[in-house]
Amino acid sequence: LFPLQFSSAMSASFYTKPANNGNAGVAMETSWDSNPGRQRTLQPITTGASVLAIKYNAGVIMVADTLGSYGSLAKFRSIPRVLRVNDATVAAASGDLADMQFLNTVVENHAIDEEIHEHGIAYSPASLHSWLTRVMYNRRSRINPLWNTYIVAGTEAGQPFLGYVNMLGVAFKEDCLATGFGSHLCLGLLREALDAAGGYAGLTEETATSALEACLRVLYYRDCRAYNQYQLANVPVAKPAQVSGPHFLQSDWSVAKLVKHYTE
Amino acid sequence: MSSIGTGYDLDVSEYSPEGKLFQVEYAHKAVESSGTAVGICCRDGVVLAVENIVTSKLYETNCNRRVFHIDRHIGMAASGLLPDARAVARHAREEAADYRQSHGEPMPLSELASRVSNLMHAYTMYSAVRPFGCGVLLAAFENGRPQLYGVEPSGVYYSYHGYAIGKAKQNARTEIEKLKLAELSAANGVKEAAKIIYSCHDEVKDKYFELDLSLTSAETAGRHVIVTGEQWTEASNYAKAALEEHDSDDDV
Repeated sequence: LFPLQFSSAMSASFYTKPANNGNAGVAMETSWDSNPGRQRTLQPITTGASVLAIKYNAGVIMVADTLGSYGSLAKFRSIPRVLRVNDATVAAASGDLADMQFLNTVVENHAIDEEIHEHGIAYSPASLHSWLTRVMYNRRSRINPLWNTYIVAGTEAGQPFLGYVNMLGVAFKEDCLATGFGSHLCLGLLREALDAAGGYAGLTEETATSALEACLRVLYYRDCRAYNQYQLANVPVAKPAQVSGPHFLQSDWSVAKLVKHYTE
Repeated sequence: MSSIGTGYDLDVSEYSPEGKLFQVEYAHKAVESSGTAVGICCRDGVVLAVENIVTSKLYETNCNRRVFHIDRHIGMAASGLLPDARAVARHAREEAADYRQSHGEPMPLSELASRVSNLMHAYTMYSAVRPFGCGVLLAAFENGRPQLYGVEPSGVYYSYHGYAIGKAKQNARTEIEKLKLAELSAANGVKEAAKIIYSCHDEVKDKYFELDLSLTSAETAGRHVIVTGEQWTEASNYAKAALEEHDSDDDV
């Protein structure tokens, strides 16, 4: 009976649960022979809809509604999808919410790890984006993906940062980003806002916020899986990240009366 | 003063004829020859302070702190061999992380103290290992209650209102007993703890030391915070002033 446990002696990470196999806490290997009950992800079950984000002259803003859809059933109406990682980084996900909650736990545990070591190094949005890309790509390469699209936002080296990673491991950085339906219905609107301001350096916080709100409204009108209650994350370059919510979206459905056969 | 354990002190798994485990006693000596660590439960928080004796002016300040974070809400102060203290901290952090992961909430200090005690005790039972040459003070402010536990190299642990370990532990404990802990605010406790460290510090034997201070209180929202900057300077100055006053009292 030996009480010696030096498995994590070399690495500084304690939060490597639930998969304590050194792969940064994310289950990579699945041994089909020894684990016949284990299956691959075939479809997302409880899902989150779009995430939208845009840079402005002094930071980044990101929004995501608080709905967890169970297929076409609007089942969970108060699911937070925006995660504050640290003062300089926030992340939000669309897609399977169980996978999102799992990954968010791992990220949060890494963040706690860094806090208690107090060596002054914290997850920067770029390093989180990079780490997420590796995790998502590795899972897709094992045909067992985490069915999510993540947007990472924050302050990197004094500049606003915005990055996208999806379940295939496709990753890129841009001045405005959207996932899911948002990428079809709203990305154009966000790009127009940026063009009108001559780039994000010309965009004020108010204009950026109202642009995102307008996009959320469009989504609520047109996306059957969207919702009118949302969270907002603002990461100013010079100040700590703030996640606020739930905010409520005002919408006007009076046009419904013009629809033939519509009865109140 | 010290009984020589010739022949019975080679293995921690060997008792002496008097029923002593000499290796454990020697481990205690390692703690007793190290800088004093003090823990005080105040009205609304817990303060930890360590007399971090620095053997060379060439060292960068705060490079070898003796106060550790164990998760966000628990602090640990150590006296004795620093590498051993780091090992204890590492195990404690793993336990706290595990608990948080499984239970979805921060680990209660009483539970962590029990685990640390089990760990340190385990290392007193096998000849293949040696006991930890450090004593630790664990602090947290949970549900509005300040808590302090002290674990010794033998694995024994108690819950304290205030405690001290290390070279000047007797003097420090006497000083702590003089404090009215139920009325003392954590903010003032920081200053009092600094004062105790300074007053127990032996200027002749150890010239240079760093004051490691930490605080877990209602003000920090239960978060364990290492005291730095203005608050540290204020505490340190308070302690030095009290020392001068005391010295001038002696000139009668």
